[in-house]
Amino acid sequence: MPRTVALIGTDAIAEAMRQINPDVVPAYPITPQTAIVETFAQMVGDGLVDTEMINAESEHSALSAAIGAAAAGARVMTATSAQGLALMWEMLYIASGMRLPIVMPNVNRALSAPINIHCDHSDSMGARDSGWIQLFSENAQEAYDNVLQAVLIAEDPNVLLPVMVLLDGFIISHAVERLDLLDDRTAKQFIGTLMPRDSLLDAENPPSWGVFDGLGGYYFEFKRAQAQAMINAAAAVRKVAGQYAEISGRHYDFFETYRLDDAELVIVAAGSAAGTIRSMIDDLRAEGLRIGMLKLRMFRPFPERDLVKALSHVKNVAVFDRSDTFAGEMGGPLFVELRAAFYEEEKRPQMLNFIYGLGGRDLSRNLIRQAVDSCKLAAGSNERQKRIIYLGIRD
Amino acid sequence: MSKKLTEIRWHARGGQGAVTAAKMLAEMALSKGLYFQAFPEYGPERMGAPIQCFNRLSEEPIRTYCGVESPEVVLVVDPTLCDVVDFAAGIPEKGLIIINTSECPATMTEKFRLHGYKVATVDATRISMEELGRSMPNIPMLAAFLKVFGLLGEEEARQFVDANFGRKFSAKVVAGNIKALQRAFGEVQVNG
Repeated sequence: MPRTVALIGTDAIAEAMRQINPDVVPAYPITPQTAIVETFAQMVGDGLVDTEMINAESEHSALSAAIGAAAAGARVMTATSAQGLALMWEMLYIASGMRLPIVMPNVNRALSAPINIHCDHSDSMGARDSGWIQLFSENAQEAYDNVLQAVLIAEDPNVLLPVMVLLDGFIISHAVERLDLLDDRTAKQFIGTLMPRDSLLDAENPPSWGVFDGLGGYYFEFKRAQAQAMINAAAAVRKVAGQYAEISGRHYDFFETYRLDDAELVIVAAGSAAGTIRSMIDDLRAEGLRIGMLKLRMFRPFPERDLVKALSHVKNVAVFDRSDTFAGEMGGPLFVELRAAFYEEEKRPQMLNFIYGLGGRDLSRNLIRQAVDSCKLAAGSNERQKRIIYLGIRD
Repeated sequence: MSKKLTEIRWHARGGQGAVTAAKMLAEMALSKGLYFQAFPEYGPERMGAPIQCFNRLSEEPIRTYCGVESPEVVLVVDPTLCDVVDFAAGIPEKGLIIINTSECPATMTEKFRLHGYKVATVDATRISMEELGRSMPNIPMLAAFLKVFGLLGEEEARQFVDANFGRKFSAKVVAGNIKALQRAFGEVQVNG
């Protein structure tokens, strides 16, 4: 029987990890680490899992140990946040380049400077080209569900890539919410057992991993194969979502839409903001506005074709980004990519970019209303400087 | 308990157990089959510094993740905060304010110009001093909320604290908290 519980977001993830029972969890145990690892370490201490927990001296070391263990054929998880993810940088590419199915929840928080420990998506967005699959979660339920699904997505033989499961710092990670947990048996059956293809410890068929590959080697071909694996990941995400729906009754896809069919204006967002936006759509509809919402779950791989299909009938799209690219007047990463996806289309919606909530600035209902008002005003205008709006910025 | 969303704001000082009480309220809501959130105002926690935390309660799933700006219920867990923070900020008319104070609701209403609100008072500090031997006003404040707002009756609340605290604390602490809870149920005064 599934259990309905009251948990903070990080403990919801620790519950998923308990059910997954990974072979190895190396982690850096101090700030900027979150309570995911603290709660899971308690589970290890209480003998609820068989996991070998390794306290590393840095996030760089934590992911290095995860890479070593995963290459040896173990099922490996770790967790991080903000500066911790930044310190893992070098190893992120090695994990994906070595095609290791590591699952890592990342609690989305701002990067310094100025020093700020609150929510935004700068940390994981900075890692968007590192070859990791990235799944956003709106709330604790989705974070829990995503972590369980991530294991099977990562280990899919056509994929073999690491997965980052994202949840909003504090807003979700430290808030108590109601959610349903699968019973342990169902979860364990769903997860199954990892059958590593090329274990470092397979003495019969000893493989080499991540070796030096000079100018005449196959680096280019490895990277092309890696690019293909990311393309393949989309099908795996959908397949695993289907399997998960059967056991949980909860349905996931690349994105979720709300009142999109006849919408003229659509807000696109990822993470907890989508919840607040969704809660306003009915109110705005009642005021006569044909508005809808698209919540992006899968950011890597970027589901460009599906997004174009879902939004091609829409006149105006407001893209909400909780990070900036600092690329000049290009806007946030979600905006940049969604606009690029429409390049070849004959019918393109007008797109505005709202950069919001950096460093944990609250996305209030009033700010969402302000954004909607800006979209109404901008409809028809093509002024370049108006494309990117820093929502709720102080003068 | 109305079908719509109820938002609650707690004003306290770090170390008074307000965050714990808000979490406990979330678990009480779970026991009633409700949907809920409990979250602190995020930031470094310092003993004695003014803090806020929040609850949302609803019979339907809650998908709002922004801050609470106009709570229908406000709890002032520390009496010295009344002069320090604008505890009535954003409360809609007829909203409920529960204050830890030795004064009566009429006096507090006059003193802080709370006309138009429903005001409740309970001397949670004195109750916790007498029953626990230290100032830990969270449980009496939670009890005052339950009495005035509803959700759990006194016996249900007693069983809840017994089951929850029984796992973590000594029998003496559990008994003291239950006594504090029962006294607050009986001693809370309401005006308006």
